Amino acid sequence: MIGQLAAVVPAFIVLGVVGIVTARVQAGRVLVYGGSLVLCAVLLGGGLAALTGDIQRIVLPIGIPWVGGHLRLDALSGFFLALIGLGGGGASLFALGYGQSEHHPGRVLPFFPAFLAGMTLVILADDAFLFLFGWELMSLSSWALVMAHQDEATAPSAPQPGYVYLLMATFSGLTLLLAFGLLAGAGGGLAFDNMRLHAAGPGVTAGAFVLALIGAGSKAGLVPLHVWLPLAHPAAPSHVSALMSGVMTKVAVYGFVRIVFDLLAPQPWWTATLVLVAGGITAVLGVLQAVLERDLKRLLAYSTVENIGIIFVGLGMALAFRLNGFAAGAALAITAALFHAFNHTLFKSLLFFGAGAVLNATGRRDMETMGGLIHRMPVTAFFFLAGCMAVSALPPLNGFASEWLTFQAVLLRPQLPQWGLKLMFPVDGALLALAAALAAACFVRAYGAAFLGRPRTPAAEQATEVDHWSLTAMGGFALLCLLAGIFPGAVIDALAPVSQAMTGARMPVQLADPWLTIAPIAASRSSYNGLLVFSFIAVSMLLTIAAVHRVSRGIRRSPPWDCGFPQAAPDTQYSATSFQQPIRRVFGVIFRVRDSVDMPAPGERRAASITQRRWDPIWDPLYAPIAGLVSWIAERMNVLQFLTIRSYLSFVFGALVVLLLTLALWQ
Amino acid sequence: MKGADVLAMLHALLAQGVQMTVILLLAPLLTGYVRKVKARLQRRRGPDLVQPYRDLRRLLGKEAVIADNASWLFRVAPYFVFAATWVAAALIPTFAANLMFSWSGDLIAITALLGSARFALALAGMDIGTAFGGIGASREVMIASIAEPAMLMIVFSVALIAGSTQLSTVAEYMLSGAAGIRVSLAMALIALLVVAIAENGRVPVDNPATHLELTMVHEAMVLEYSGRHLAMIEWAASLKLMLYISMIACIFIPIGLAGDTNSPLGNAVGVTSWIAKMAVLGAALGVAETAVAKMRVFRVPNYLGAALMLGLLGVLLLFVSQGM
Amino acid sequence: MSHGLSFDIAHMLAGGLVLVSFLMLYQDRLLALLHVLSLHAVVLALSVAWQAWIQDAPHLFITAALALGFKAILIPMVLRRMVFQMGIHREIETVGGIGLTMLAGIALVALSLEVMLPVTSDVDPVAREDIALALSVVMIGMLMMVTRRNALSQVVGFMSLENGIILAATGARGMPLVVEISVAFSILIALIVIGVFLFRIREQFDTIDVEALDRSRGGQE
Repeated sequence: MIGQLAAVVPAFIVLGVVGIVTARVQAGRVLVYGGSLVLCAVLLGGGLAALTGDIQRIVLPIGIPWVGGHLRLDALSGFFLALIGLGGGGASLFALGYGQSEHHPGRVLPFFPAFLAGMTLVILADDAFLFLFGWELMSLSSWALVMAHQDEATAPSAPQPGYVYLLMATFSGLTLLLAFGLLAGAGGGLAFDNMRLHAAGPGVTAGAFVLALIGAGSKAGLVPLHVWLPLAHPAAPSHVSALMSGVMTKVAVYGFVRIVFDLLAPQPWWTATLVLVAGGITAVLGVLQAVLERDLKRLLAYSTVENIGIIFVGLGMALAFRLNGFAAGAALAITAALFHAFNHTLFKSLLFFGAGAVLNATGRRDMETMGGLIHRMPVTAFFFLAGCMAVSALPPLNGFASEWLTFQAVLLRPQLPQWGLKLMFPVDGALLALAAALAAACFVRAYGAAFLGRPRTPAAEQATEVDHWSLTAMGGFALLCLLAGIFPGAVIDALAPVSQAMTGARMPVQLADPWLTIAPIAASRSSYNGLLVFSFIAVSMLLTIAAVHRVSRGIRRSPPWDCGFPQAAPDTQYSATSFQQPIRRVFGVIFRVRDSVDMPAPGERRAASITQRRWDPIWDPLYAPIAGLVSWIAERMNVLQFLTIRSYLSFVFGALVVLLLTLALWQ
Repeated sequence: MKGADVLAMLHALLAQGVQMTVILLLAPLLTGYVRKVKARLQRRRGPDLVQPYRDLRRLLGKEAVIADNASWLFRVAPYFVFAATWVAAALIPTFAANLMFSWSGDLIAITALLGSARFALALAGMDIGTAFGGIGASREVMIASIAEPAMLMIVFSVALIAGSTQLSTVAEYMLSGAAGIRVSLAMALIALLVVAIAENGRVPVDNPATHLELTMVHEAMVLEYSGRHLAMIEWAASLKLMLYISMIACIFIPIGLAGDTNSPLGNAVGVTSWIAKMAVLGAALGVAETAVAKMRVFRVPNYLGAALMLGLLGVLLLFVSQGM
Repeated sequence: MSHGLSFDIAHMLAGGLVLVSFLMLYQDRLLALLHVLSLHAVVLALSVAWQAWIQDAPHLFITAALALGFKAILIPMVLRRMVFQMGIHREIETVGGIGLTMLAGIALVALSLEVMLPVTSDVDPVAREDIALALSVVMIGMLMMVTRRNALSQVVGFMSLENGIILAATGARGMPLVVEISVAFSILIALIVIGVFLFRIREQFDTIDVEALDRSRGGQE
């Protein structure tokens, strides 16, 4: 089977070439996206089969000559291949309709399959060379997709998404390269099998761990390496945004899990603490920035940062349990993390599709220019609502099931001997709880501002429902969100081989429990039944409606009441910015939010205005100085461009002399 | 399946059904009772104990007037809020533990179910596009964004002590006295009282009887509702109050709780003690509401933040030392 | 680990003292703060009395009585009179928000538990957790002195710090009565000195905000 799956990678490349040739015709779009859909279905099927199958390996005569190209398919890669298949298939389906409105298909069609090819290669790779090759292919093709709409991008003063993304992607590739270098050791065994056998010293292990955390974390969007993500993800076309947020971040998570759980020897305890700290901070900071964001797609990107934080908290707990020899706990924690990764792929793709549909219908991303779309786009609005409820971790949808599992892992409270872990568990529990509550606030605001209320602009007033392809894609993901929420046991059981391979233990079989209840440890300790909760709510709701409608009289439509002072102008309704004001006041300390009101004196005829200034706790102290330094150096180096040929020659000569001198002194 | 099994299952189903019906029917009475206690403390005669029932009947009978631009969400939300709150309430051991569906959701699920209800209501507040609906929804989510983590911290403390997040198991553990007297439990209790007051929109966080628009939170959010929709929301609010008081009772004073529903005597004791607890705690709520003044909206985060910190401190103590 | 009811109650009271310390951090009104100070002393007195009971050390009852008399009644009363006499602004200004201060408080509790529990692992469990909690009370008292601008609430912070020291001392199986009495007197003297000092500041600067002192120093240098 691995052969067929490996063949998918070149097939994607071929599709990309087809995209170059046929970009100008309608059929090209159908061909590329339809082909991607079929290939993704293959990935999904193969990945699901690999979850239960044996480990398969294959060595191809490509790559570095004396190493060859090692490919491997095991439960872990099967799970992530299925994620790519799912997310990529959904994005292709959505793009079949959404792609119609693309102004420059030539900038998107060739890179979309290449992007998928890169991600698939990363998952299948079993040596450092192919892994990094896939990683860079993924980075570069997604960078090209981010650049597709660069000309209509943000103000020139703002950081340029493509530039920042390219820098961070290069950085992440570099750190991973170094990590593999450390892992391979002096022998230089680039195949993962060599690394598994090669027992490195504690210092090397710790170094490789930190490098892997930085490399994979910056691709996934771990604070403080997340700065590129809210810039780059929204800048791409919406189906690509969905793919980047929903799938590419998961590939990064895969990279981390593969290196840390599979390739590395057990690490010292502070590494788990590091992951727990980073995860907790990422979750809260991401969602807080999402609450403060006006741009719908950027809001979703920040929410991705939050969810990555939740996943990394789960992984950190799994590491902590594993190094203390508590395999059952590690199995629970890693299952929770992977379950959340799966859920995030589902609902974040759905939400980005919804944002894309809105963008297509209104041409807007700023929520302050939307409103009332539930009337104009009822189906999209319904599916988007399902996505909002899922991402807010509300039962009976899937987001709740995985967060519930994560909380159960926190509550295991084994007697961890290390004080750092002992303190980080409760703190991370509190941070996750805070993040979950703030996510609900964030998505009430997003949905309320975009879909509810009255239209704020003519564009929103005249929006029309999107095409059937897009709606099918959204509906499919909404349904999956519900199914994963009411049958969490099925997902947990499917993940059992992965946790067995990574932690040496698995959670108890869930589907055997009566009534499809999930119970991570024992039913008396904690159990949750999504199916029962869902049907309970549905039945009692229907019963209530039936009963109430028997006794009550009909409804009458009238102008809104609004305490007797309804205002006709849509500007008088609560906006997204006014909605976040209380939260801004409470949590604004972190962002040093300053509101300044410019109120003209009575009689003056200019408009009043309110401006908000916000300080980014990561960008301003950390990246702004670096950016400043780089441009300062660049400014100085600029002189080099305008020298005579003689000066250039003297530089070369000087360099040669210095090198020779070094060599002489070295000996 | 044998005949006896079927009978046992029917019995369990019956007990669960009785619990759900009783809690549904008694919830407005508790609201009326708290109002009465407050009125008497303020030297007013106050409305009858059954006044909430009359209100509900009147509202249900009336025509519902809704705004021209209300969407389907506005019309569905009240039923969803009601159903989610009711399901959450059904998971609480009121007079007996180990009811049939008690294991389908634990304390975390109960918290999240109430969160679902709030999510729907806040959205409905924004649906018409009025200033009041927006201000209510915005403040509600701000309060919830601190109250919900505080609640989860309380759940964590209780769960770490009892070794379970299942409310029935927790109640049995507490009943057995194995918990003893613990610092973290005291912290959880104080935090839970604070959160319960905030979640139910009682003084000093919000005032259920206010008509001063700028101070309203919950009332501003549901301003556009009338008729049967309003009845559903009011009923859900009563249910939520009863849910929280029952939850406090079953965790911290589980005395009298029936272990299983098979013994008639146990059930009778359970029901009596539950009603007595409701009466005492409801009166305490009335007294507390009379004794304090409502605080400014932007003092609420401090107040709830203190509950969050207490909860966190309790959990921290439990992680560091078994004995606390 | 042995778990009797007497241990539980001892823990409970020590933990209660930490809890009241947090209440102090939370209070931003001066008079309410003084009430909480009384409560702090009452809990301390109860805790000491309980220790006297379970350790069978009658002299600790005197300590408890001292705590109750001086700290729960006398000192708060004096401070209260000062507030009225000087017409001090009743709202306390904090450095940083209350939320941040409480977070810092939690971090300090975690720190003292982490430091104390391993060090005293050979002592009996009640004493070692009591000492850890007492250290938390001391730390929170210091935090309070650091984060409050108002001199009077700094005094309150100092008092709660001293309560923490007494808790530690009684938990550690008895402290000579002489020491206790001398500590109590030194506290009283400290109170008198601080009181006089406060009046002097007031006369000089017309406020008891300690920032005014800084400004004055800055002016002279």
